[in-house]
Amino acid sequence: MEIVYALAIGILTGSGVWLLLRPRTFQVIMGLSLLSYAVNLFIFGMGRLTIGRAPIIDTLQQADPSLYDDPVPQALVLTAIVIGFATTALFLVVLLASRGLTGTDHVQGEELEP
Amino acid sequence: MSLTWIVILPFAGSLCAAFLPSHARNAAVWLAGLVAGACAALTASFHGRVADGGVAREVVQWAPSLALDLIFRIDGFAWLFAMLVTVMGVLVVVYARYYMAAQDPVPRFFSFFLAFMGAMLGVVLSGNLIQLIVFWELTSLTSFMLIAYWYQRMDARRGARMALTVTAGGGLCLLGGVLILGRITGSYDLDVVLSSGDVVRAHPWYLGALILIGLGALTKSAQFPFHFWLPHAMAAPTPVSVYLHSATMVKAGVFLLVRLWPVLAGTDAWFWMIGTAGLLSLVAGAYMAIFQRDMKGVLAYSTISHLGLITLLLGLNSPLALIAAIFHIINHATFKASLFMAAGMVDHETGTRDLSRLSGLRHAMPITATLALVAAASMAGVPLLNGFISKEMFFTETIFVSGNLVTRIGLPLMAVVWGTFSVAYSLRFIMQVFFGPPAADLPRKPHEPPRWMLFPSAVLVIACLVIGMLPAQTIGSYLDMAALSILGAGMPQHSLAVWHGFNLPLAMSLVAMVAGVLLYRALGRYQQGTGSVPLLDSLRLDGKLIFEFLLLKADSLTRVAIRMLSTERLQVQLLLLICAAFASALIPLSYGGLPSGDMAVTPLEPAFALMWLVGSACAIGAAFQAKYHRLAALSLSGAAGLATCMTFVWFSAPDLALTQLVVEVVTVVLLLLGLRWLPLRQKSIDDELIPLRARVRARTRRLRDLVLAAIAGGGLALLSYAVLTRQAGEGISPFFIENALPLAGGANVVNVILVDFRGFDTLGEITVLGIVALTVFALLRRFRPAPESTGLPVQQQEQDGEDETSLPDPHVLLPQGPMMLPGVIAQLLLPVSGMVAIFFLLRGHNDPGGGFVAGLIVATAVILQYLVGGTAWAESRTRIYPQYWIALGLLCAAGTGLSALLASRPFLSALAWHVALPVAGELYFSTVLLFDLGVFLLVIGAAVLILVALAHQSRRGHRKHAAHAFGIHAGVADTPSARTREK
Repeated sequence: MEIVYALAIGILTGSGVWLLLRPRTFQVIMGLSLLSYAVNLFIFGMGRLTIGRAPIIDTLQQADPSLYDDPVPQALVLTAIVIGFATTALFLVVLLASRGLTGTDHVQGEELEP
Repeated sequence: MSLTWIVILPFAGSLCAAFLPSHARNAAVWLAGLVAGACAALTASFHGRVADGGVAREVVQWAPSLALDLIFRIDGFAWLFAMLVTVMGVLVVVYARYYMAAQDPVPRFFSFFLAFMGAMLGVVLSGNLIQLIVFWELTSLTSFMLIAYWYQRMDARRGARMALTVTAGGGLCLLGGVLILGRITGSYDLDVVLSSGDVVRAHPWYLGALILIGLGALTKSAQFPFHFWLPHAMAAPTPVSVYLHSATMVKAGVFLLVRLWPVLAGTDAWFWMIGTAGLLSLVAGAYMAIFQRDMKGVLAYSTISHLGLITLLLGLNSPLALIAAIFHIINHATFKASLFMAAGMVDHETGTRDLSRLSGLRHAMPITATLALVAAASMAGVPLLNGFISKEMFFTETIFVSGNLVTRIGLPLMAVVWGTFSVAYSLRFIMQVFFGPPAADLPRKPHEPPRWMLFPSAVLVIACLVIGMLPAQTIGSYLDMAALSILGAGMPQHSLAVWHGFNLPLAMSLVAMVAGVLLYRALGRYQQGTGSVPLLDSLRLDGKLIFEFLLLKADSLTRVAIRMLSTERLQVQLLLLICAAFASALIPLSYGGLPSGDMAVTPLEPAFALMWLVGSACAIGAAFQAKYHRLAALSLSGAAGLATCMTFVWFSAPDLALTQLVVEVVTVVLLLLGLRWLPLRQKSIDDELIPLRARVRARTRRLRDLVLAAIAGGGLALLSYAVLTRQAGEGISPFFIENALPLAGGANVVNVILVDFRGFDTLGEITVLGIVALTVFALLRRFRPAPESTGLPVQQQEQDGEDETSLPDPHVLLPQGPMMLPGVIAQLLLPVSGMVAIFFLLRGHNDPGGGFVAGLIVATAVILQYLVGGTAWAESRTRIYPQYWIALGLLCAAGTGLSALLASRPFLSALAWHVALPVAGELYFSTVLLFDLGVFLLVIGAAVLILVALAHQSRRGHRKHAAHAFGIHAGVADTPSARTREK
């Protein structure tokens, strides 16, 4: 499982980085979104991969940390997902405004020579 | 505390003066005068404690954990200097009252004036060197403001900038020097530093410290070669020149040299550095003063010369010379301030300070003339005036200086030459302005200034006379006190007396007097000229030109450096950023590679691999479709997001999966709403337009990016794998798992972390979310779509043609036509989704769910109404004000946090109650739920505001059209300004 997980992160990162380097604003926003999946998975992976051990404590048992997945990366990623939504929204509106003002969707705000 | 108050009072007064109305001249004068007087009285009250060599200290605790305290200390020398600053302050306030015109914004002047006074007193009374430098730079800043007081004048702005650049630059050098000093002595406490003079002088870094501190002092005191800023600072109002440029600020440099005399002086390096700068300023300043046309110009160069005298005395490494230097600090302040006041009065009454136009003013202004005459005589060193005594002391010191023949003969010779020049320019100053025939073509008809304007000048002139005639009885004890605090046990015997008998210094004085008069006579005709300085001007050594040249060079150098080191192209910047990130990841790898870990891996499940096969294909597909097929790319990226979401489910993170799912939906809808405003791009047209060479270049660039992307992806994959196959270190996680139930009463640890343990972080996060939503709203209010995007989208046109009736009718209960059925379902879903949201909100503490998820569910349901019914229809029947939801949510969350304070617990502590109900059994209630409610409300508000504001834009293009057809006016994001613009 770990190898698939790592490869998935790698492919998401590669696609994201490729798009980040493209000249069109929409490509960049897509790249950011793919890259944020990769980074979220990466952070989440810091708690190692466990199956069937959601950090929801069984009230009948002792709260033994070894029985549950690490909750801290999960809390971090949850925050990251929500903030990622906010930055995507902000970026989208900025790119729309830039497109309206400059007449182009090039990241530079003007068509450079190809 | 009173010592601290001496420094605080002026700053407080400055603040008060800043808030006075700009015509409140008398109020500002009274304020400034009272503050200066109070400071003088407070300072005077310390006399008893410092009279016999004592030191008074006050420590104000500031940041004790960092060993940072505000230390104020006063000793004999500081007392004398502080008295000079405060008493001169009172006199200048009186003078400025009559000097400033009624139309000038006088409170502003006094605000800066008081701030300067506070900074100056801070320099004098600081007991910590770093603290001293802070005040030192403050004097530079406030003097900048004061010189540029008449900011509408070009010369004032230029002079101010030059003064600030030079003195603040020197301040930076000083900081460097003090840091070295602190390193050597191990403390910035002045008392510690002062007591470790031997250690400092023997240290290898001594020379560095000396040069840097010397640079700071010499720039501040306008010493050669940094003297040029002072004449240009004369663009300031005359009270500023009186106060800053004769009595106080320029003395800060020599003050520091005296202050650090026990630490730094006594070496050859000190003698050569300080002595040479002083000697050059002494002679060159006096020489240049002879040829100035501006009255204040003469005084400015004379000030450079006299400060050179003090610096030279300090450089001589002799205790008696030090006493002479301190004495001359006081003497120079008295006669020079009074002369500046005279220059200001002449300017005030006649409208000019040009020496070639002024003449014979003693008839119209006899009192001014008399005062100026006495002060100028003191400046020239005429007997029975205070200038004479310190001059004699200086001459005596030059005779007794040890060293080789050049210094033994050269110094006394230079002293006589200086004396000659001083006599010449003093004579010229007086003769030109007050004697000779009355001038005919003055801008104003001169008469005596008001009595109170004369008063400060008269006080100073009387001081000159009294000190000059009875030095030992008047200033003697104070001077001894000041010198004692610097010299300590090494205090020599000396006597202040007017008459020391016929000796060599007296002979030197007489020679200088006679030569000065002769020089004045000889130059009489020449001096009427243009104000150019013979000999020196031909050397082209104008400091101002050099300064401006250097400034220009620095400017162009910076520009070249920016061009070489940076780029405006964002793509290149991003590329460099990624490369830098990659390089920084590579550095730790070079130490030991990434061997695979030893932890047992979880067995591979084919379904998971299959899912990510599809997910990866989608991600790569999205990457290659994003340019020409945006909708396809968006769908593919959404699929990759779903795979991510499933992965969270797989690996025991139900909360993440839920959140990811709803965020995914909302994000996709958001981007869909934005697609409409992007330009159409078609592959075939684009490619044909590009010439072959450019195409090749583009291909190379793509290849480079592809390689980079592959490296980045491979690197992160490798890193992930290395981490995943290793045992996790002992972190803070066990704490949360063990204490979630006993401390926070929640079983869902992730939720407990978010709303309880790390509630403060979440509060910050939702605040950011609210800010982003409002920013999006604000940006869209001013949104200007590109002209070709304003019409109906092609797809909509193709489907409906120009048929207006196909536009949704906002008056009917349900959207008509093909969207009717989905409309019914969407409306039915609204209350259901509300219930689901509340369900997730309430269970969040113990089961997957929580405020974030619940809020986004509601937002999805709301945007669904827009998607199905159309913007016009949805906006005609909703009255959501998402801004209020944001505010309410934030208030709820913050209020919950504050409620903990009521129970005298720290901010955001959760309060919990167990309530026993008759039928339902025991009920657990915690304020955490209220906090989560706040999160819920805010997320609804923010998400809905963003979505609806964007959705509303679709009405822009054909709004007029639609509005005419149906006569509607409504809308969530329909702002008044948007409406008026449409008309």
